[in-house]
Amino acid sequence: MLKNLWREIKKNKESYLLILPYFILFFIFIVMPVIMGIFLSFTNYNIIQSPRFIGWSNFKRLFLEDDIFLIAIQNTFKFALITGPISYFACLFFAWLINELNPKVRAIATLFYYAPALSSAVFFIWTYIFSGDIYGLLNGILMSLGIIKEPIYWLQDPKINLYVLMIIQLWMSLGTSFLAFIAGFQTIDRSLYEAGAIDGIRNRWQELWYITLPSMKPQLIFGAILQVTASFAVSDISATLIGFPSPLYSAHTIVLHMWDYGSIRYEMGYASAIAVILFIITVTINQGVRKILKPD
Amino acid sequence: MRNTAYRSLWGNLIITIILILVAIFMALPLVYSIMNAFKPLDELFLFPPRFFVRRPTLKNFTDLFYLMGTSFVPFSRYIFNSIFVSFLGTLGHVLIASMAAYPLAKNKFPGSNFLFNLVIFSLMFSGYVTNIPRFIIMAKLRLLDSYFALILPYIGATLGLFLMKQFMEQIPDSYIESARIDGANEFKIWWYVVMPNVKPAWLTLILFAFRDIWNDSYSPSLYIHNEALKPFSLALSYIQQGGFVRAGASAAAAVLMLLPSIIIFIITQSNVMETMKSAGIKG
Repeated sequence: MLKNLWREIKKNKESYLLILPYFILFFIFIVMPVIMGIFLSFTNYNIIQSPRFIGWSNFKRLFLEDDIFLIAIQNTFKFALITGPISYFACLFFAWLINELNPKVRAIATLFYYAPALSSAVFFIWTYIFSGDIYGLLNGILMSLGIIKEPIYWLQDPKINLYVLMIIQLWMSLGTSFLAFIAGFQTIDRSLYEAGAIDGIRNRWQELWYITLPSMKPQLIFGAILQVTASFAVSDISATLIGFPSPLYSAHTIVLHMWDYGSIRYEMGYASAIAVILFIITVTINQGVRKILKPD
Repeated sequence: MRNTAYRSLWGNLIITIILILVAIFMALPLVYSIMNAFKPLDELFLFPPRFFVRRPTLKNFTDLFYLMGTSFVPFSRYIFNSIFVSFLGTLGHVLIASMAAYPLAKNKFPGSNFLFNLVIFSLMFSGYVTNIPRFIIMAKLRLLDSYFALILPYIGATLGLFLMKQFMEQIPDSYIESARIDGANEFKIWWYVVMPNVKPAWLTLILFAFRDIWNDSYSPSLYIHNEALKPFSLALSYIQQGGFVRAGASAAAAVLMLLPSIIIFIITQSNVMETMKSAGIKG
């Protein structure tokens, strides 16, 4: 048994050499940090002194004492449960519509839809659109049309700013999964559609449901994983557009909470515990999604 | 050609209208950025605000160069850092990830499934999860305040390896077999047989890696404190935090940030779509 394994390994030694450089980096920058993070989450660590084991204290503190963390969890879930599914179905829906266009128009439409996801520098423009004074584009338009009298504090009002962020997130969310879906639609065997027409499929909705979607499940799983991961990691747009901390922590998220403790207060153990919770949440949801979408 | 037998005219009309409306929603903020980048100061603060620029000016761009030049290092240094890091990171990622993707796609060896599943697993959580320990590792390896801190993690990025491996699986085994019979070793097969056949995939990796490195202001903010090593993206995020006084310069900078990614996407688009066809996870 062991001898066979050793022979197999020796036979493939060139393969191992080829994968070595990549997996060294992969282990240093992804696998090791995950393992270290789990370890650190049970410690008290401020970078200067060595980590001290404190059992479940960090997690107890998170859930029993840290009210702001509970706000962060609530906001993150609210945000992810709304933007995650909407962006996923938007990716799918628009990919489906775009796929029906002729190739030249399709290329241009893809560029238009994908462009906001191409650069994280450009979402900044929304500050000027949603600016809370009369010079903000949206306030200006609404006021000159007489729809509102006073400017609305889109980004500062704790009652609405999370929803404003959702709109901006959705604007940026036709990314990699969107491209995968467009491509997925193009891989479907044309003869399936002809067979479907004979079997009595009458319109594009039936065609989508009975033929197209079942044949592109691998892409659907890939896209779902990327969307779930991205929507639970929301942080950048909140910190850039609303500022940190947001008024009454109205746009505070798990990643921002982690960043607060990790990069500002240097409570690395506590911050790691937050990271572990984010890790458990996204991995669990992604495994669930994978089960649901699993091809038969 | 598509079989369009059961496409109703009304359906087509409604779909066209939806597509156009959403395209406008997607494009307006980008166009507004471009407009703002060319607006003189008095046009940026008008009531009611105006979408289009009346008297376009390049002043915002000269302001931007001036603003960035006021720190210890010249503006060109930030640009150089960004280009240098993006270039090496992209090149390294494409080479090293595709080198690892070939055996994973074509050779079954002990551990190959396990390693690839590990890569898929890592797509299931955000990079933020690894931030804190990664910072500690960087510190221990004495990589802080060096270009390596910005380049090495991107070379080991997972999405690229995943896409490359899925795409390589389509190469007919007979190509590889015949090269093997001719006596080529695995390295030669990868370079002379596999790589020329997966051009769409490495062009896609170029786009994604470049986009990620070029736009990243977060990891430089953690790992780089030496002003002379900071990339453009980070310098820009400081300017954007400067508030309304710098509204014009911020818009100009955002346009400069977006431009390279858009150009690369336009060049590589058809190849990217080709690659994404194989980007599925089977169960």
